[in-house]
Amino acid sequence: MTADQLTQPEPTRRRVIEIFLGGGLLASFASFLYPVLRYLVPPAVADLGGDEVVAAKLAELKPNSSKIFRFGSRPGLLIMNSDGTYRALSATCTHLGCTVQYRNDLRQVWCACHNGIYDLGGRNVSGPPPRPLDVFDVHLRGDEIVVSRKREA
Amino acid sequence: MFATLRHWLDERLDWDDLTAPLRHKTVPNHRLSYWYFLGGITLFLFVVQVLTGILLLLYYRAGANEAFESVQYIMTQVRFGWLIRSIHSWSANLMIFTAFAHMFSVLFLKAYRKPRELTWVSGVLLLFLVMGFGFSGYLLPWNTLAFFATKVGTEITGQVPIVGKPMMIFLRGGEDVTGATLTRFFGFHVAVLPGVATLMILLHLLLVQRLGMSIPPKLEVQWTANPSAKREMKFFPNFLLRELMAWYVGLGVLGALAAIFPWNLGVKADPFVPAPAGIKPEWYFLFMFQTLKLIPSKVWFVDGEVLGVLAFGLVGLLWILLPFFESDQPSRTKGWITGLAVFALVYIAGMSVYGHLAK
Amino acid sequence: MAILRNKLRPFSAARYVGLVGSVVLAACLGYGQTKNSCLDCHSALPDPLGVSQEKFSQDVHAQKGLTCASCHGGDPTSDDPDKAMSRKAGWKGKIDRKQIPQLCGSCHSDPAYIRQFNPSLRTDQLGQYRTSVHGKRFAAGDTKVAVCTDCHSVHDLRAPSDPRSTVNPVNVASTCARCHADANYMKGYSIPTDQFAKYSTSVHHDALAVRGDLSAPTCSTCHGNHGAAPPGVDKVQNVCSNCHTFQDQMYEKSSHKVAFQAASLPGCVVCHSNHGISHPTDAKLGTGPDAVCMQCHSPGDSCDQARAGLLSSLSQLDEAIKGADHILGVAESSGMEVSEARLGQDQARDSLTKARVTIHSFRKELVDQDIQAGLKIAAKNLQSGKEAMVERNHRRVGLGISLIAIGIVLAGLRLYIKKIES
Repeated sequence: MTADQLTQPEPTRRRVIEIFLGGGLLASFASFLYPVLRYLVPPAVADLGGDEVVAAKLAELKPNSSKIFRFGSRPGLLIMNSDGTYRALSATCTHLGCTVQYRNDLRQVWCACHNGIYDLGGRNVSGPPPRPLDVFDVHLRGDEIVVSRKREA
Repeated sequence: MFATLRHWLDERLDWDDLTAPLRHKTVPNHRLSYWYFLGGITLFLFVVQVLTGILLLLYYRAGANEAFESVQYIMTQVRFGWLIRSIHSWSANLMIFTAFAHMFSVLFLKAYRKPRELTWVSGVLLLFLVMGFGFSGYLLPWNTLAFFATKVGTEITGQVPIVGKPMMIFLRGGEDVTGATLTRFFGFHVAVLPGVATLMILLHLLLVQRLGMSIPPKLEVQWTANPSAKREMKFFPNFLLRELMAWYVGLGVLGALAAIFPWNLGVKADPFVPAPAGIKPEWYFLFMFQTLKLIPSKVWFVDGEVLGVLAFGLVGLLWILLPFFESDQPSRTKGWITGLAVFALVYIAGMSVYGHLAK
Repeated sequence: MAILRNKLRPFSAARYVGLVGSVVLAACLGYGQTKNSCLDCHSALPDPLGVSQEKFSQDVHAQKGLTCASCHGGDPTSDDPDKAMSRKAGWKGKIDRKQIPQLCGSCHSDPAYIRQFNPSLRTDQLGQYRTSVHGKRFAAGDTKVAVCTDCHSVHDLRAPSDPRSTVNPVNVASTCARCHADANYMKGYSIPTDQFAKYSTSVHHDALAVRGDLSAPTCSTCHGNHGAAPPGVDKVQNVCSNCHTFQDQMYEKSSHKVAFQAASLPGCVVCHSNHGISHPTDAKLGTGPDAVCMQCHSPGDSCDQARAGLLSSLSQLDEAIKGADHILGVAESSGMEVSEARLGQDQARDSLTKARVTIHSFRKELVDQDIQAGLKIAAKNLQSGKEAMVERNHRRVGLGISLIAIGIVLAGLRLYIKKIES
């Protein structure tokens, strides 16, 4: 402590410390409260259960076309059949894990990597895939197409 | 303004009388005074847990199909969700650490002695409760590690003769660890344990308040012989301000840990995949886990694991009752509890390190 | 069973029926082993005459109700060895190696007979065998070549679908290798004996044995089984294309198809080899030890330039994917959630896999279509990684600010305590 400070009148010094401490407390509370307040605001993206996902909107697909959607950490394939019904499959090829696609000319699911072909039920029809694709359930909820994992009986 | 408010309260609640014990409370001032902070820090971390826990409840959903995803949602979508969850996880671990440290400081400073036996009992029960918080909370994100750690942990409970199996089924909510287990653990973690722990903390604090701070025996002898050497500090505001500094340091440490090492989420639990190799419980259960692993599979006619579980149960019970084994009369054998404490500390630290390094 | 007995031993079968009369019904239902004296002695005899009940009960024929006598003849109902093994009772003794295909074929080439047991089982094995290298040599009097029992084993012959069967897909290679990897045994035949050793190092073996993909090829997938023969130089492409259809379509239209055909080169095998086929890497297009192009092409010509162009396209995407992977890895290890971009990386990798298939067209513009698609995805993922790193830095700045506030409070408290205690 310097002589200068010691000569300061006592109440002033105390006041300075109080302001310094008070300011610090306010600043620190602000830095704690800010994240909490931001946390309380619900995010724009609604949370869905892990076993289902909104794959598309109702108007999004034309008959005999398809869309790749994200299902958990893997891609899924939503297909609209010519008759307007929907089906959903895992889009991960069982051969080497490429993403499969719907061929509207063949009406089959096709993996471009090694020409693996699955039928619309997910069964491996030709080419290298060793196993069928997983099949998911599709429901309509309002104008949303909801895909969910098949429940074990 | 504060003065008016205080006057208003005093008129109605007899505020000054109510807070008198706090104002008159003193804390002994000596070179070991720093250890008095540990209990307060643990309490502070408990409050942090309650607050962040309530925040997490806004978005968390229990259930095998949703728990992992909701925690993932908190970590990725909710603004500062990562911070809240990471602080909750780090604070939990630090709280268990400070609770252990607090317990050993009490042992070494002989603060458990008459008349503070009940404070010790409530403290050890609180430590068990805190470990229960850790065990139940660990499962809630429903990731692979937690799933298998819970499986192993509840399996060990099942080893206890006669009551073990029903206890395991009670904990698991069935024969196996499933979504039902998650629901139960969630209930324990956010309702049962907090209620019991809050009551126990109030009891603990009441006892501390009634009995005053303990003074290490040697110092007490000196101070009784020479009252002028006695040094004390007022609890309010002197000690409390210092405690406040410790809390702020704790906050800084928590914030830094959470921001630099956010608690990771792992991979969603899948009951149908084989357990990953070398599954281990959280570090605070590691010394027990490792001990159970080291016990031979058969000791005489008894199954080794059963023996281990029973031994830990017995040790835990004796540990609660530890102060009652020390006789009142000053005698030469009084040092044995310090020896035991040193042994326990070395054993727990050694086994934890061994368990951490062992495959 | 009665039919079989009639077929092989009409006389003894008549006697059998006469002797045991009432048990015939049970015999027809497959419970007919009222008495099989063969095993009484043969289960106690040492090899090669020993066949235990335990071993024989594993045999698919035994499970279908056939007995020793079904192949060896004789009278199993008699305890007298002389009677049981009398030529009069149709006893054949050890089946001469020269007779084995014919003996097996007597049932297995008879659709009407086989249909009773398994209507979908083929009955052309013997016919196929006669067209195989084994069968042709066998007909020419070479008894060293494989006959039915060499591959299918005998007395404990299991259905091919049984994983313990010598002809189950996972065991085929080692079954063939029993002869084909034995340099001593194969002396006199002018073919190499390293096929099994090479196959064991191949990507196909890896898929079958390590990854457990039962659709992965083993010896018989390319060579045939009963009609086993090398596919032939100009037919290699047809064999490979059974699985590698897409590569086949590309190659079919490429300049190499014409050139290889003109030079009588074995298509796919020219670059990929056959038994020891390894997982192809981009180095095949390089100039290093694994490079294949420069075996025919000379440095600096237009093909060499095209090769370099293809290689650089592939490496460009590979590098882009690795770059994005790296930054995503750093972001992940500092606690950032980048699973969305990680998922996107799989699509970029798809494009690379696809480009590697398109290489078989040997046309850069086709390959570059896949490469560009992949590069675009990888660039997007790289951007996500960078954004995650920016977010990480924001967190640290936020932490810094709150730590400063905490520091001010601590300093203030320290001064305040000093003040009130002075």
